[in-house]
Amino acid sequence: MLDAKIPSGKLDDKWVDYKGHCKLVNPANKRKMEVIIVGTGLAGASAAAAMGELGYKVKAFCFQDSPRRAHSIAAQGGINAAKNYQNDGDSVFRLFYDTIKGGDYRAREANVHRLAEVSSNIIDQCVAQGVPFAREYGGLLSNRSFGGTQVQRTFYAAGQTGQQLLIGAYQALERQVALGNVTMHARHEMLDIVKIDGKAKGIIARNLITGELEKHFGHAVLICSGGYGNVYYLSTNAMGSNVTAAWKAHKQGAYFANPCFTQIHPTCIPVSGDHQSKLTLMSESLRNDGRIWVPKNVGETRKANDIPDADRDYFLERRYPAFGNLVPRDVASRAAKERCDAGFGVGTSKQAVYLDYAAAIERYGKIEVSKQGLTNVSHEQIIAMGKEVVKEKYGNLFEMYAKITGENPYEVPMRIYPAVHYTMGGLWVDYELQTTVPGLYALGEANFSDHGANRLGASALMQGLADGYFVAPYTVGNNLADEIYNAAIPTTHPAFEEAAKKVAERIATLKNINGKQSAESFHKRLGKIIWNECGMSRNAAGLKQAIADVQSLKKEFWSDLRIPGEINEYNPELDKANRVADFIELGELMCIDALTREESCGGHFREEYQTPEGEALRDDENFMFVSAWENKGEHEWELHKEELKYEVIQPSQRNYK
Amino acid sequence: MSQNTMNLKVKVWRQKNTNAQGAFVTYDVAGISDEMSFLEMMDILNEKLITEGGDPVAFDHDCREGICGMCSMYINGKPHGPWQANTTCQLHMRAFKDGETIVIEPWRANSFPIVKDLTVDRSAFDRIIQAGGYISVNTGNAVDGNSLPIEKQNADDAFAAAMCIGCGACVAACKNSSAMLFLSAKVSHLALLPQGAPERKSRVLNMVAQMDKEGFGSCTNTGACEATCPKEISIANIARLNSEYLGASLSAE
Repeated sequence: MLDAKIPSGKLDDKWVDYKGHCKLVNPANKRKMEVIIVGTGLAGASAAAAMGELGYKVKAFCFQDSPRRAHSIAAQGGINAAKNYQNDGDSVFRLFYDTIKGGDYRAREANVHRLAEVSSNIIDQCVAQGVPFAREYGGLLSNRSFGGTQVQRTFYAAGQTGQQLLIGAYQALERQVALGNVTMHARHEMLDIVKIDGKAKGIIARNLITGELEKHFGHAVLICSGGYGNVYYLSTNAMGSNVTAAWKAHKQGAYFANPCFTQIHPTCIPVSGDHQSKLTLMSESLRNDGRIWVPKNVGETRKANDIPDADRDYFLERRYPAFGNLVPRDVASRAAKERCDAGFGVGTSKQAVYLDYAAAIERYGKIEVSKQGLTNVSHEQIIAMGKEVVKEKYGNLFEMYAKITGENPYEVPMRIYPAVHYTMGGLWVDYELQTTVPGLYALGEANFSDHGANRLGASALMQGLADGYFVAPYTVGNNLADEIYNAAIPTTHPAFEEAAKKVAERIATLKNINGKQSAESFHKRLGKIIWNECGMSRNAAGLKQAIADVQSLKKEFWSDLRIPGEINEYNPELDKANRVADFIELGELMCIDALTREESCGGHFREEYQTPEGEALRDDENFMFVSAWENKGEHEWELHKEELKYEVIQPSQRNYK
Repeated sequence: MSQNTMNLKVKVWRQKNTNAQGAFVTYDVAGISDEMSFLEMMDILNEKLITEGGDPVAFDHDCREGICGMCSMYINGKPHGPWQANTTCQLHMRAFKDGETIVIEPWRANSFPIVKDLTVDRSAFDRIIQAGGYISVNTGNAVDGNSLPIEKQNADDAFAAAMCIGCGACVAACKNSSAMLFLSAKVSHLALLPQGAPERKSRVLNMVAQMDKEGFGSCTNTGACEATCPKEISIANIARLNSEYLGASLSAE
């Protein structure tokens, strides 16, 4: 059993006690301590800013041309915090409870409670930085509600909350760069962890402009490189989002936890053809007013608007009368897939369902008519008024849909389909966010700890900033206090030389394959295997086949890959090949994890384990644990378990009927 | 929903590195669906080049949903191409006709040196932010978020300015390669909020000084920046910047 080093005492007191007793590093010593931070999204940028402010010598790395580009920037909806500004009964406990329940009882209580505790500080900090959150006319902060909760605790900045929070963290980071506390290395990719005496002591990074390998020492290394959703090739992640930094950490001894816990978001713009490179999310908020349906008849050829109500199947309303179109993400996604698989899908690909605003437009139109006390209003006028209301609420989303599809969603129903959006799994970390390699930490989406088997909306931004601003500065410091006796190790140390040599050899091997197929084409094929067998629903036979398929894809990759250009120059194809190689290995582990977890929970749905009505069937008796995988070599992993003890919350079965 | 396919020519700026001589090279791309995004068309071109043993075209891109600001192509004489309020990654092939020749260039500005082909170095923008594009508040110093009410109009205006994605299209569109729209968006965002007040004067002076140091040109109010900005950042921000700058200069020692 793995020990998460959770402090003893009452749940409410753990974090307070920890902070009160953790070791500190005095200011003079902080100046001598070097901290490496890989990734500059919400977790990385906030950690770099906070650690820089404390006086540590921070080196931050990102593969983009600027730290401001990290994919946290694309988050739309908002960020949760237990402020209870609405006086609607919110509290730290409720945020904690909703998160644990939303995660289908597969998250660690102590971490989630700490997350809820610091959530309020995040909002205060961001406001102080000048993050322009939405406000009411009285000048105070505005809130809205999100899935899986009964209170309004989501703070937002229109549909660009992630952008505004990241710009806030980026500016705080750049301020530390100006002050000389942080050195920023943009267009750099971490390609290995350097360990000395079993501890993480630095990294090997490739300068993506020159191709040069650089050696960087650090008393601690923080992996803040985000999630691995791009293993599916098609996802809502950015094109460059990758697992490489986390995977290198894994190969150096950090356990990888719950890799099969991935979140499929129900409302995305569907794939239009083989050329598709990424998928675009349509905010969860659209399900408040839109109705989701497919035709009742297989082989329906009429246009959506010509199909009468009697021939439509509003399948979410039919299956889940209590929650209807507002069931949680995992449930909505599976239901849409079930209809499409049964042949009821719409659009050219038949892999889509309708999200229809006609009823909402008419309803809002009628409300307007009665609000304004109008009489003798024609149907056309009602519809026109309704469209205005919908435009005000969802205009930017409708516009985005029109841009991508060329269709007018005010006139015809939108076509939507689930898409990979977030990964709950990641590097295993203890209470201090330290991996199983001493001195090596993982923050934000890169770790596994807070969202269990399903993440609630508006909680990813909260976790990234909690880890970076308010958790890591304490927990990393607690361990750095023991490092003050150890001077910086020069990068001429044999461990650095050897690590750099290994990285160079691997790159040369990849380059010298001189095969015929591009990294992109392998990535697409990997994505299809994982999506089909380890996507929205999984079964033992399919997973076994997927493992075999990924293994043979790996062989093919290492014997027929073509990387154009040279090693020592700007070569995006080489960068991509490095990442795809790691995704292939991760894909295998995801399938192994999904095969081993013989239950259904949250985003992990095993067809063999469902209720007679087709709902997820958890097995708390046998699977109330975190699966933490240790790499043992080629195609070999050993499973370690962290038992999940629910001391405060009593797990129960979720029901949305 | 019916797909039409097109055969196109793309005339792309190829340049091996910062110091090399660049030139246009024309390629044929066939079977392009009008449902594709512009960058997916570029993916197809690159896949073809790789398969044929050639060197793919280097271009910056990441989120492909119009928010990260990484994509940066000058398409048929316009930054981010023909659509209004749009980034290259959101441009779709419906915008083009079968048989058309599309001309693709990098951002052109001395302060954005070309890295390779269509990729440029925009680190000058980061250095402008380092000169003062922030509020100096260390983590843990903040008071309760609602202790400082902010007039909704100011908050909304600050947000409108803060929507800048830092792509550099404003610089690329300007005949003087001025960075005034970018800079003014950040100065406005922070000047409109009470949290930004203590550093208001030093911020604008330092950021303008850094902009000049980076070699960006002067603003002559032609408005090309506003017309091409994918986030429709208003040129009114430049007026605000000028007044902030003037005020700060006059009251400085």
